[in-house]
Amino acid sequence: MTLGMRIGVVTFPGSLDDRDAARAVRIAGGEAVALWHGDADLHGVDAVILPGGFSYGDYLRCGAIARFAPVMEPLIDAANGGLPVLGICNGFQVLCESHLLPGALVRNDHLHFICRDQQIRIESTTTAWTSSYAAGQEIVIPLKNGEGGYVADSATLDQLEGDGRVVARYVGINPNGSRRDIAGISNARGNVVGLMPHPEHAVESLTGPTTDGLAFFTSVLAGMVNA
Amino acid sequence: MSRHVDTVADATANSDLEQPYAELGLKPDEYARIREILGRRPTSAELAMYSVMWSEHCSYKSSKVHLAQFGDKKPETDVLLVGIGENAGVVDIGDGWAVTFKVESHNHPSYVEPYQGAATGIGGIVRDILSMGARPVAVMDPLRFGAADHPDTRRVLPGVVAGIGGYGNCLGLPNIGGEIVFDSSYQGNPLVNALCVGTMRHEDIHLASAKGVGNLVVLYGAKTGGDGIGGVSVLASETFDEGGPAKRPSVQVGDPFMEKLLIECTLEVLHAGLVEGIQDLGGAGISCATSELASNGEGGMHVTLDSVPLRDATLTPEEILMSESQERMCAIVTPAKIEAFLDICRKWDVTADVIGVVTDSGRLVIEWHGEVIVDVPPRTVAHDGPVYHRPLARPTWQDTLQADTSNSCARPTTAEQVTSTIFTLVGSPNLAAKTWVTSQYDRYVLGNSILAQPEDSGMIRVDEVTGRGVAISTDCNGRFAKLNPYDGAKLALAESYRNVAATGAAPLAVTNCLNFGSPEDPAVMWQFSEAVRGLADGCLELGIPVTGGNVSFYNQTGTVAIHPTPVVGVLGVIDDVALRTSMAFVNEGDVVLVLGDTYDELNGSEWAHVVHRHLGGLPPRVDLDAERRLAEVLVEAARTRVVSAAHDVSDGGIAQALVEMALRRDVGATVAVPSDVDSFVYLFSESTARVVVTAAPHQVEALESIAAQRKIAAVRIGFVTAPGSELCIDSVFGETVCLSLAQLHDTAEATLPALFG
Repeated sequence: MTLGMRIGVVTFPGSLDDRDAARAVRIAGGEAVALWHGDADLHGVDAVILPGGFSYGDYLRCGAIARFAPVMEPLIDAANGGLPVLGICNGFQVLCESHLLPGALVRNDHLHFICRDQQIRIESTTTAWTSSYAAGQEIVIPLKNGEGGYVADSATLDQLEGDGRVVARYVGINPNGSRRDIAGISNARGNVVGLMPHPEHAVESLTGPTTDGLAFFTSVLAGMVNA
Repeated sequence: MSRHVDTVADATANSDLEQPYAELGLKPDEYARIREILGRRPTSAELAMYSVMWSEHCSYKSSKVHLAQFGDKKPETDVLLVGIGENAGVVDIGDGWAVTFKVESHNHPSYVEPYQGAATGIGGIVRDILSMGARPVAVMDPLRFGAADHPDTRRVLPGVVAGIGGYGNCLGLPNIGGEIVFDSSYQGNPLVNALCVGTMRHEDIHLASAKGVGNLVVLYGAKTGGDGIGGVSVLASETFDEGGPAKRPSVQVGDPFMEKLLIECTLEVLHAGLVEGIQDLGGAGISCATSELASNGEGGMHVTLDSVPLRDATLTPEEILMSESQERMCAIVTPAKIEAFLDICRKWDVTADVIGVVTDSGRLVIEWHGEVIVDVPPRTVAHDGPVYHRPLARPTWQDTLQADTSNSCARPTTAEQVTSTIFTLVGSPNLAAKTWVTSQYDRYVLGNSILAQPEDSGMIRVDEVTGRGVAISTDCNGRFAKLNPYDGAKLALAESYRNVAATGAAPLAVTNCLNFGSPEDPAVMWQFSEAVRGLADGCLELGIPVTGGNVSFYNQTGTVAIHPTPVVGVLGVIDDVALRTSMAFVNEGDVVLVLGDTYDELNGSEWAHVVHRHLGGLPPRVDLDAERRLAEVLVEAARTRVVSAAHDVSDGGIAQALVEMALRRDVGATVAVPSDVDSFVYLFSESTARVVVTAAPHQVEALESIAAQRKIAAVRIGFVTAPGSELCIDSVFGETVCLSLAQLHDTAEATLPALFG
């Protein structure tokens, strides 16, 4: 049973997919708790999602301003202490700016915003957010970004690969020029995951291309029960 | 710095001062009328206000007398909660839900500065929807460009698309449909129309009126800057002259992040019950908002213009009144609730300032640095603008055009020629896949998009519990409207209506965006009057009311006007979005049927346009009774789940419809041309009131019976085949034509990237 599991969804000014993330949590069987950027309190949630969008208009640099929001202080501490955190799209950018994850997201190599149903392969099932997938499982979920190209220096990329921290990789088309087709990565402990595509848009057959994204949310709920 | 400001006292004292009214777009008789209203010359601030509010864009002075038909011919209906005249009409969709939707043009700014023009077009229509009290839930963009291979189209289109995406994506609104049409008639005058739809509970409807003497006028959102000054009068109400000065300073600059904050902040103050009246600031800025709010309310308002927060401290009061800076709203708030209102603005980091108070003086008084610079009856600014009965005359060339039918164009007579014609059309700019454009728009955000482009309509789930939803389509074939503007408007309505019904939604209400050339040209004015008459008659016949709309004149360069383009948006309701019908072939073995009758109707068709560069004759006949019966069949078939796919037959005929259904999910079909018709006519005619549908074998008879009850012809023409197979058409001039889906796909997808990628 996952009842009573509370997952916080942070709303920054300019967050757009916060409702979608909350809906995905509910469909997965958890309770979604709204967290406010200006409130330096996680209200005892069991996990946190940083949703997609354009926090602070993506001005200066994607995620660069959100990283300094009051809510991020307790969040960074909690993440370092093992709290499961999933950053989707803009949330991934915020996690990189916060140095909870290495590397950065840069403008798509083709310079256009792109929205497409993207095939990805789950490379690691040992993270808090991917344990319900089968290793090597290929799924299709929406991708939509203007600055989704994952970059890091070769040493960092080698280390991510060596440590099994590449969580997901693009299959077929690399939609944004990400190094080594990387769609998502985790921290060393596996509790913090950043993902460029949007699993929260693939949780209902009526509105998504598939329901393949749901397992990100059931994974973390199952992990809490087992913990 | 102290520049002398022209006060009411000055205007009374030196009433003979010469004023630059012509430069502001006012005609001599209009200026004379302002003097008559005021009993003196206007101050420069008053002149600025009248000039923007009496512009064609704001006052509808040339169109008003014609638009009255939408009210006069309104069908008996109980779905309209708010009608024409407000920021946007509101429709009852059942279960206590209301929907508001509207299209507006941002044509001229988008030609001058494609990115910002298109971006602020989205921003403006979203605020219109927001100011009704609704949460905006989706946008769509009907677009028209010049010839696809013209160098200037390469300048305009990528900028427009990036602007729509850049603004809409950042705002968090799914873009679920629209149109992209290329025609050289739009070469110097691209049409960038933007539609927004919003949802709310009935009790959340708000109106733009300043009620309650002593209530406060609050301006909130972005600070006021020098952008977009005179946008409505300089840009939207004049034609562009070759070699004239660039008008870029008249284009507004958008900040979608601020608009997103404005949406959330506005919905929060509305739901907290803190607002007595609300109005967005768009064309004509503060001039429009204050005069309309005052005119709709107690009739008076006192504004202290010094309180308006500025981005540029050197702005003159005239500029502040005329500025079209984006992302601003105006609310009427009681003194008791003002602190709570300002608290919510602070929560969202939105600047808010009290700039005035509601009075019952019957005057809109604006002061600046302690002196009165405006003192006018607000109604004369907002509602009593000039009304013109412009001369209209059927163009002398209309008969010649109609006599020049497509019968002169050589038609394919062999299977081989049909194959090559299909490929030519599939890869032609108007019919080619629009993926290059639509992949730049977020169609997923908010999680309620049920159908999006390239489906016949966009569909949004309104109620996540019951599944109640709405479908919207926008359509217009400008070539048909050129051949016959009266029928052309009805044909646009018919196609949009059919597209909504094809998805399983019952058509409910209509909006429009009427794009035409200069109203000062009697031929254009005739086209306009005919189109409005056609649309009003059509809506009456179909029993669905017009809820509002927009007119864009002066879409012409020199003496050459665009094709008359009355874009019609139809909104439909579906009880449960789980019952929606997609256009895709899905299940192998499903029977393919054509509903409706095919005639030899190729004038103005995509075939004549692409293959022969020909435009002439009379457009296809429009039969709204047949459209209504066909829509009933489609809605009933969806509700009883006897249909597995449906796709409207329009541009490119049945051949194109079959190709699109096959390419949607890469599933083929084998069909045959019926024995009693000409193969070419059957495949390429653009006769109306037709849809291609599929049904599972055990449900075909149920579907046929539904069609028979409504006297709609239903003819089985084949069956769906396996994924990845071919599209085969038997009996094409005695032979079988088989088209590879991969090859069709590549042909359809290659065109736009090759032109704009």
